[in-house]
Amino acid sequence: MSGQITNILLVGVGGQGILLASEVLSETCMLAGFDVKKSEIHGMSQRGGSVVSHVRYGKEVFSPIVPEGEGDILFGFELMETCRSLPLLKQGGTVVANDLRIAPPSVLMGLEPYPEGLAENIKAQFPDFLLVDGQKLASEAGNARAANTVLLGAVSKRLEIAEKYWVQALEKMVPQKALEVNKRAFLLGRSL
Amino acid sequence: MKEILSGNEAIARGAFEAGCRVACAYPGTPSTEILENTVNYKEIDSSWAPNEKVALEVGIGASFGGGRALVTMKHVGVNVAADPLFTLSYTGVNGGLVLVTADDPEMHSSQNEQDNRNYAKFAKIPMLEPSDSQECKEFTRLGFEISEQYDTPVMLRTTTRISHSKSIVELNDRVTGLPEPKLVKNAAKLVMLPGNARVRHPLVEERMVNLAKDGATMALNRLELRNPAMGIITSGVCYQYVREVLPEASTLKLGMIHPLPTELIREFAAKVEKLYVVEELDPFIEEQVKSLGITVIGKDILPVCGELTPGRIRNAFGLPEPAATVAGKLPGRPPNMCPGCPHRGVFFALNQLKAYVTGDIGCYTLGFMPPLSAMDTCVCMGASIGMATGVSKVVSEEERKRVVAVIGDSTFLHTGINGLMDMVYNNSSATVVILDNRITAMTGRQDNPASGFTLMDDPTHNIDFPLLCKSLGVKHIRVVNPFDLEQTRRVLQEEMARPEPSVIITDKPCVLVKREGVFVKGVELVVEVDKCTSCRVCLKIGCPAIEWRPAEGKKGKAYIDPLLCTGCDVCRQLCKFEAIGRAK
Repeated sequence: MSGQITNILLVGVGGQGILLASEVLSETCMLAGFDVKKSEIHGMSQRGGSVVSHVRYGKEVFSPIVPEGEGDILFGFELMETCRSLPLLKQGGTVVANDLRIAPPSVLMGLEPYPEGLAENIKAQFPDFLLVDGQKLASEAGNARAANTVLLGAVSKRLEIAEKYWVQALEKMVPQKALEVNKRAFLLGRSL
Repeated sequence: MKEILSGNEAIARGAFEAGCRVACAYPGTPSTEILENTVNYKEIDSSWAPNEKVALEVGIGASFGGGRALVTMKHVGVNVAADPLFTLSYTGVNGGLVLVTADDPEMHSSQNEQDNRNYAKFAKIPMLEPSDSQECKEFTRLGFEISEQYDTPVMLRTTTRISHSKSIVELNDRVTGLPEPKLVKNAAKLVMLPGNARVRHPLVEERMVNLAKDGATMALNRLELRNPAMGIITSGVCYQYVREVLPEASTLKLGMIHPLPTELIREFAAKVEKLYVVEELDPFIEEQVKSLGITVIGKDILPVCGELTPGRIRNAFGLPEPAATVAGKLPGRPPNMCPGCPHRGVFFALNQLKAYVTGDIGCYTLGFMPPLSAMDTCVCMGASIGMATGVSKVVSEEERKRVVAVIGDSTFLHTGINGLMDMVYNNSSATVVILDNRITAMTGRQDNPASGFTLMDDPTHNIDFPLLCKSLGVKHIRVVNPFDLEQTRRVLQEEMARPEPSVIITDKPCVLVKREGVFVKGVELVVEVDKCTSCRVCLKIGCPAIEWRPAEGKKGKAYIDPLLCTGCDVCRQLCKFEAIGRAK
């Protein structure tokens, strides 16, 4: 079925705003006239654990989770979590990741180092890899906290959905006072 | 109108559309968001009960009074509510009653993965199982209708993947013209003494026979003939996985999984060459199909443990696997207590005192993880206190002094209070710590009888824990500031040595409480690099705001992230070299 369905994985650390990004993405897909399903686990994972959100869209979507090894795009909010979810991606899939490292407890406690060479590892297996300095670009757009939206913009360019649906979804889901910054951040990401 | 809704949001919407008047629950993942959404409909009286048994009893009362009632809980919550549930099966309802059981295959946020479909069979209650959000909404509405038509409570079973997945839902209006609730006496139906219950039991059996028969023509059970070579009986999210992985297979999609529509199953079995059941956890459908004398493949190829996924089904049916990608070996990222969590200092002290800690269910269960490593048991809601009593009964006098029960405010009020009553009543002894953080934190900050507000955000009485414990007969009640390490440790030590029941209450709120004035952030702390001797003591509390920077100085230095630090002061008290101070 994956020929007709687009499978996107959004991964990172609890508290990074992954759920909002996947809500905007799902809303966009619905506005563009697609069937869409999304799935993630919340609960314990809110307390700083790993988060994986699955979004699938197409003519008719059955499973709410991406079948293992059939992901088309891996949208990573944090480098180590991006690597952790690589097995969900199909061969030749696309990786768009934020150039951000968040230390897990064992690293914070000095028990082991944060792994080196993660970006190189991704690039070696998935040549279609875009590493984005989300914070820097978001600052250019007006607020470093809009990094997720920069990345969403970068992901949007790799999906065949018209820009107007993305903007409509942002207008619906983002609070009014943060909307203009987020629109700018989105377009900056979309130009990458 | 269309909206993207989670299964839980859709259930709330379904209850609204069905004219539901009362919704009651105790929070529990993955069910919690149902009530957090019914509360948005002003037509529904939504409330958090202290536990699932009370929630169901509130629902039963509303139903007997003639109103439609929704009661929701996680799978293990049904264990707590099982007592009223089994007899409710006999009385039946007046207004429709739907009980949602949200199961958690794979134990994403649970202590076991019991398959609550067994409750439907055990209690002789019909059970519906939706396979996406649209069905969550429709089946909830249908559940109320079946409940009234067959005079029975109806269970709606979801799993984490249904409750927490989102899909497109078509919205409808709320039904009108339902009978107005009023008091009607009907002792023969509602007073379950032996004489009356003996009359009701045969009606229950008759009802289930009728439902099994009628199930063959109910639209929620759907026979889909495609290739006759392979026929699959399935339900819930597994139906979606089957359609994904085996698109050509014929399916019998069951929306009502108890009682099973036996005639429809026979018809389907006769039309396909090879019959399978694809279901998560127990062989619940499989065993019943086999008892009809039908040959079927199920748990021979599918796992009993954990949830199914498209990949696991692909595996079971011998389909090709996509080429594997290597993630490499990466450090794990387990959940952790938040920076500024009031539980951290208590567990640090318990660890130092070498306490044997009987634990309970909540954020503080994370206290078992290193470096705090100060929880020794966790069984179920409210178990900590009874277990502390039991352990104290069997170990030596010396070891008894090490036994400490630890329980949260919400969990104490859920079922812990009975344990404390027992400890006092039976002249047992142990130290009980009530970690009162003013909220039900783990499930996402729900109010409870000690938080001062209701689910509908109305101010209400706020339980006084010291007074409550005093009235139970506890003589030694101490309130401590868990951010004062010296005081916390000293009070714990004194009470642990005492051969009588004692209760220690910590009184600092959860950092995530949003209500204004409850949690107040302090001045953040900083490491004075010159004074840091690289001793690493501050790392022993496992605070996410403290980072070890191995490249700093000769032997590395600690660093405090100013964005994460809440100024709780615990690490400052640990540092003997006064290298941690307040930011200026």
